[in-house]
Amino acid sequence: MTADVAIVPASLEVGQVVDGFRLEAVAHRGGMATLWNVGRVESPATDEAALPLLMKVPRLRGGDDPTAIVGFEVEQMIMPTLSGPHVPRYVARGDFTRLPYIVMERIEGRSLLERFDAAPLPVDEVAQLGAKVATALHDLHRQRVVHLDVKPSNVMLRRGADGSDGEAVLIDFGLSRHDLLPDLLEEEFELPMGTSPYMSPEQVRFVRSDPRSDLFSTGVMLYHLTTGKRPFGAPSSARGLRRRLYREPTAPRTLRADCPPWLQEVILRCLEVRPERRYQTAAQLAFDLQHPDQVVLGERASRAGSGSTLDVVKRWFVSLRDNEEVEGGAGGQSARSPIVLAAIDIDGADPALLESERDAALRLLDTEAGARLACVTVMRVNRIGMDELVDADGTPRHLKLLIALRHWARPLQQALAASANVDRDSAARVTFHVIEAVDPASAIVDYARRNQIDHIVMGARSSGRLRRHLGSVSARVVAESDCTVTVVRAPASSG
Amino acid sequence: MKLALIADLHANREALSAVLAHAATQGADRHAFLGDYVGYGADPGWVVERVREHVAAGALAVRGNHDDAVTAGPQPSMVADARAVIAWTRARLDAAQLAFLAALPLTHVEGETLLVHANAWAPAEWAYLEGRSEAARSLLATDRRFTFCGHVHVPMLYHLSGTGKAGEFRPAPGIAIPLSSQRRWLAIPGSAGQPRDGNPAACYAIFDSEAQALTFHRVPYDHAAAAAKVRAAGLPERVAERLGGDR
Repeated sequence: MTADVAIVPASLEVGQVVDGFRLEAVAHRGGMATLWNVGRVESPATDEAALPLLMKVPRLRGGDDPTAIVGFEVEQMIMPTLSGPHVPRYVARGDFTRLPYIVMERIEGRSLLERFDAAPLPVDEVAQLGAKVATALHDLHRQRVVHLDVKPSNVMLRRGADGSDGEAVLIDFGLSRHDLLPDLLEEEFELPMGTSPYMSPEQVRFVRSDPRSDLFSTGVMLYHLTTGKRPFGAPSSARGLRRRLYREPTAPRTLRADCPPWLQEVILRCLEVRPERRYQTAAQLAFDLQHPDQVVLGERASRAGSGSTLDVVKRWFVSLRDNEEVEGGAGGQSARSPIVLAAIDIDGADPALLESERDAALRLLDTEAGARLACVTVMRVNRIGMDELVDADGTPRHLKLLIALRHWARPLQQALAASANVDRDSAARVTFHVIEAVDPASAIVDYARRNQIDHIVMGARSSGRLRRHLGSVSARVVAESDCTVTVVRAPASSG
Repeated sequence: MKLALIADLHANREALSAVLAHAATQGADRHAFLGDYVGYGADPGWVVERVREHVAAGALAVRGNHDDAVTAGPQPSMVADARAVIAWTRARLDAAQLAFLAALPLTHVEGETLLVHANAWAPAEWAYLEGRSEAARSLLATDRRFTFCGHVHVPMLYHLSGTGKAGEFRPAPGIAIPLSSQRRWLAIPGSAGQPRDGNPAACYAIFDSEAQALTFHRVPYDHAAAAAKVRAAGLPERVAERLGGDR
């Protein structure tokens, strides 16, 4: 059989019309593809009419370049399955037998690559950018796709209404893998696929099914933004690539003294050689980057230099254990390590309800090995006027609630610590938050959305009098939130 | 056009009814039957009659090894259970039904598609597609882009790239898989009448030629009723057991 060689017209020109799209200008000419700004000759009836469009046309050099061909095939297969704000909207594709292309939404904004020129960046900005990327990745993983080529030039930042950076948008799915579609790249190549500075250790060893690979790449970007340097350089040989299997990166705080320990903890956790020692989901990484004060500092936070000989041996030894295909792939992994939100009315609920809520939370954590629990209580503030933020005895209300919340969660933490397989990261599984809000229901819904919460546990009512006055908070959370909600009741008193 | 691909029906009335009803809800406007209408199951007459009706109405059908054995005698390679059912089955088909089976072609080519029961390189020898090397052999034996076949009772999708690399994929049900024009594809929808992957639900697939996409389906049906009929007919117990999900 002869190779199917795509027929590509010698050149595309401004003004040319391809399948109803007029080529307006070259937006970018890259090594693998040319990007054209295009417009529809006839505007469609749908809401897509106002969408600025981009046409990606691969540069194919006949049949001698399988990477480009298969990569574009993969992108044409995966992009139509994706949706949401963190990917460019897919519009149309052109077949290889005539002219291969993908028409998609043109993202108005800038490439994350621009910010790398300015690295090292302020810590706040590093955390903010990292959280945006992790949030976008979680959305992708939930759609059962592992990106596998996360790097600065593959992340765009949408321009917000006020000109500031909006959410992160992931682009270029040429190396990606969808859990439920054939992996066309798996059989094709003998070399690891990816971009060398960002490739995870398991990608170096041809494993293409682990969403935590994308978290490693995100760790490389966070490291670079923090220190101005890449943790593993930019190796060009297979041997160079394999160094990340046994060589610990220099600790970020060694390169930048004002890098806070929590950020070093987060970065080095992303860069762990074994995926199960990293964050288990992108949502968990986004959560830590948004709540630095809640990051539990372990040994990684205080690491210095580039690791002793013993560390090299340890990392190498750890990396030697078999890397297996990930059960369930992208979708499975993010579903298995959920973030549970316990929304506790610590001030108003009666003890029996508090106990039921704790039991419900514990059952959820018990069945989900990688689950995390965020304990939240809402401190109600008035819409108008000054609030009494300090109690009669002088203790800030905020602090009082936090102490009560920690006390409520103590039995939970003890149960977690007693269960088998406690590793050093399990302490980070429970976090505490007091939110000030006028409206508890919308505060809980917002919080859940911002932090990619998978499951909310909350009580059915605060107290009869309040409920009559305010309406049911839980009913509104059930109605308005995007995730699963368990509404807990205290057992009815018998009699 | 949405083409329903239905293979290895094996005289299972309950399974075929469920598959045809499901395909109707999915908007299938044509059917391709990939062989083995009889053998194992208790309702050979009913199943052959349905396939005949569909063929009269424009459906496509090719001959399988069990259909061949019922009309021309069992192949030497046939397993004991299958062999035992052949004579029983033959006695339950009328002359017109036997003639219909005997007249079915081994292969059918239409546009970019090849339909064949076992494989493309030697359709009358009934060799199984056990893995990607056999799949590649079959794909290289035809110049059609799509090969749809049965014989192996487990749903499977193979593909062959322009550079000659073969890949394989265990499909999940209900997911439309785009079949890129850059490679050749060989799909086994799995068995409607006797699935062998531990899941008793009936298998079939729908190929959407407009979207160039293939969707595998699993249809739950009353397999206990089908197994009870097998037992009542005095057919081998192993055949009945298999319908419940035994491999």
